Amino acid sequence: MVTIIVNDEARTVSASPDTPLLWVLRDHLHLTGTKYGCGISLCGACTVHLNGEAVRSCTLPLAAVADQRVETIEHLAVGGDYNAVQSAWLDEDVAQCGYCQSGQIMAATALLNNNPSPSDAEIDAAMAGHICRCGTYQKIRAAIHRAANVTESGGSQA
Amino acid sequence: MSRLPADPSRRTFLKSSSMLATGSLLVGFELPYSLASAPKASSAASLMTDAFIRIDRDNTITVLMNHAEFGNGVYTSLAMMVAEELDIDWQRLRWEAAPTEPRYYSPIFGEYLTAGSVSTAGAFMPMRTAGAKTKALLLQAAGILWQTDANQLSTDAGWIAHADGRRVSYGGLINVIQDHNLEPPKTVDLKPASAFSVLGFPKKRIEAPEKVTGRALFGIDIKRPGMIYGAVARPPVYGSRVIAFDDKAARAIPGVLKVKAIDAGVVVLAKDYWTASKGAKALTVQWDDLGLGHLSTASFTEEYRALSKTDGLLAEDIGDAKAVHEAASAVHEAVYEMPYLAHATMEPMNCTAQVFDDRCEIWVGTQNQGNDRTVVAKMLGLPETSVVINRTLMGGTFGRRASKTADFITDAVQAAQGETVPVQIIWSREEDIRGGHYRPLFVHRLRGTVDAEGYPASWHQTVVGQSIMQHTKHDPTYMVRGIDIYSVDGCLQEPFGVFPYGTAYQIPNHRVESHNPPKIGVRPHEWRAVGHTHTGVAYECFLDELAHLGDKDPLALRLHLTRDNDRMHQLLLRLKEAADWDQPLAAGRGRGMAARVYSVSPIAQAVEVTVALDGTFTVDRVVCVVDCGFAVNPLGIEAQIQGGVMLGLNAVAYGGIDLVDGQVQQSNFHDVRALRFNQMPAVEVHIMQSDAPPTGVGEQATTPIAPAVANALFHATGKRIRQFPLDRHGFTLKA
Repeated sequence: MVTIIVNDEARTVSASPDTPLLWVLRDHLHLTGTKYGCGISLCGACTVHLNGEAVRSCTLPLAAVADQRVETIEHLAVGGDYNAVQSAWLDEDVAQCGYCQSGQIMAATALLNNNPSPSDAEIDAAMAGHICRCGTYQKIRAAIHRAANVTESGGSQA
Repeated sequence: MSRLPADPSRRTFLKSSSMLATGSLLVGFELPYSLASAPKASSAASLMTDAFIRIDRDNTITVLMNHAEFGNGVYTSLAMMVAEELDIDWQRLRWEAAPTEPRYYSPIFGEYLTAGSVSTAGAFMPMRTAGAKTKALLLQAAGILWQTDANQLSTDAGWIAHADGRRVSYGGLINVIQDHNLEPPKTVDLKPASAFSVLGFPKKRIEAPEKVTGRALFGIDIKRPGMIYGAVARPPVYGSRVIAFDDKAARAIPGVLKVKAIDAGVVVLAKDYWTASKGAKALTVQWDDLGLGHLSTASFTEEYRALSKTDGLLAEDIGDAKAVHEAASAVHEAVYEMPYLAHATMEPMNCTAQVFDDRCEIWVGTQNQGNDRTVVAKMLGLPETSVVINRTLMGGTFGRRASKTADFITDAVQAAQGETVPVQIIWSREEDIRGGHYRPLFVHRLRGTVDAEGYPASWHQTVVGQSIMQHTKHDPTYMVRGIDIYSVDGCLQEPFGVFPYGTAYQIPNHRVESHNPPKIGVRPHEWRAVGHTHTGVAYECFLDELAHLGDKDPLALRLHLTRDNDRMHQLLLRLKEAADWDQPLAAGRGRGMAARVYSVSPIAQAVEVTVALDGTFTVDRVVCVVDCGFAVNPLGIEAQIQGGVMLGLNAVAYGGIDLVDGQVQQSNFHDVRALRFNQMPAVEVHIMQSDAPPTGVGEQATTPIAPAVANALFHATGKRIRQFPLDRHGFTLKA
């Protein structure tokens, strides 16, 4: 039994300690917003926040995150409001198939938490590990800039 | 900050699927036009006014979607069609996947299939008609409610308004409709385009809220009570059969529940997917490769090259290209080679199934649930109506999720046979890449001459590659005189088989032949834009070669060849201007273009590249002009064009699946490289104004980018690329 703090709640799971956090979230906690894409940290679809930092959950064993704080896409819209990144994603109509977008949004949120006003190059660098096969990169970049402007002008990011 | 809406898709999805599962259907669900014979149910929470529209008492309007959403934006387009005629509040619109019933079949395919970039075209009249009929029904009901003439009534975003100021919501009229057994009119007038206020305006994706909150339900997200998970050990050589397996190590893993052989391999069932996948890796399986262990893409290529020199089946013979070539002092000849391509959808294949004695229920993202249901029913010996398919959203498909054999569905059904709970099978990325369904490898041999003025005088193209449709249920429709129309789609001047369009070019002597080498080994499969993905590359590159041979500007040459095709000609003129085609470029830079007609819609692209001395290049600019008739949702069209460009650029830069000793060599995103953020060029999209009926945009942009880039690289360097992907042949997209 391992306990992790998921979206502000202590959750105790019986998964084998080598189980990647991704599958703990999906199969044991039924938080399916975090996606499986490659299983080897190449695509970014499984990105969650671990103690506030963006990490790949597909290669992070449960044993390594015991008692730590994990935040998933399901927790970004605190109190029923979209966070600035989600709002920007809607405003720019970013998603196509949408499968990679949870990971993209988690990465973008972490980026803006660390760097409230990233340049194109900084966005590209921060998002380089995130694959989209639908062709939404341009809109993601625009959405990150939009979210940055909102947070700069006093909005909050969750 | 905007508020999150309730969770419409998940709620209605679960509701409808559970009702389907128990056989107690929603009142009105099965009885759209026969309320008179329906049991009285005035307390029902909702009313189906039509096969496509359900109205709830709280005035929520749900559109039943009979086309699959996989990023294509079709849910939004279909909703727009209904909204335009019905006059509803866009924010109150909900969506739901329509069940597998004949009335939901595509009017174009006659089956439950989302493919071929024809959904918008096929749905444009039916969905608008559904909206208009429901509106007429509601107006009639309001007239009865208020005992008033129709001319006193109007609609206002989900409400009927009386001239005297009274208002009633659509949902508030359910009782009146039921009490008076009202039915929609048999015929109805639709709005003229000049009165549109929704269609033709940019609308954001209706399922976007679910997609930014993690609530969107993809097939892989399905959870059912008691559900267990399965991972399959699949053979290294696609198509192999299990001879025997040793599961001692797998069974020793805590949480592994069962191990059994299915057609695709050996499945390990467990309480979670991770445990199942560990179990599958721990198996030792002995395979019979059925004699396929010698196959290699290198030998296919050699064999196809040789075949391309021989006479194939004649697909088209305009004028007499052979005679022209026999008489010519010189004939320009080139061979183009295109590899197998994986779809590599972000969401790997998966399916959830539960098998009962007398029925089967399936949850899956699929483009082709009609066929899936037929395949599963046959496999289980059940009537088709006893197989229920609940369609989810899809994390991409690019054609992969339209499986003629329902391969990713039968896996799960077989795994679920003999189990008392639902079983979810998830393919690992490696299984998905090695899953044996690919855009087939093609070799094209082209020969041509130019006339005294430098324009193409003759064209002889021999196409060699495995047929996608031969020996499938589509064989009668898609095979013409032994030729798979997908093998030659995109290189014929005239319409062929069921495809009512040609290249838009006119070359006076034009001959196309086709060879269908044996379908052995991996499965040739549709891949976004299908035939064009190879014919278009060969055609547009070789046209560029002839332009060079005749000392013609590539765009001027195409303008000349389309002088009798006004639609494409106008589009090319627009491209010339939009792309600043005649502006000079600096050294090391190049410009290229291509123009295609796919599924009726003409499209052309121009690109600019910068090439370093070592062959590393960037795509600096992509300009795309498309004519898709009336542009239903300009925002959706732009997204489809950008997506198509990206997928096509990805494929031409990196794409290639290799077989060695029958085994696929690639396995994950390190060797099936995906385009990254900094590699995606800005794509400028220009939509031609048109009043013609809408036609597709889903696949149109995928093909032209590849030859446009290859032609631009030639323009910049003088080096002609005829084998793909580029990174294996001297040009690497800058990382």
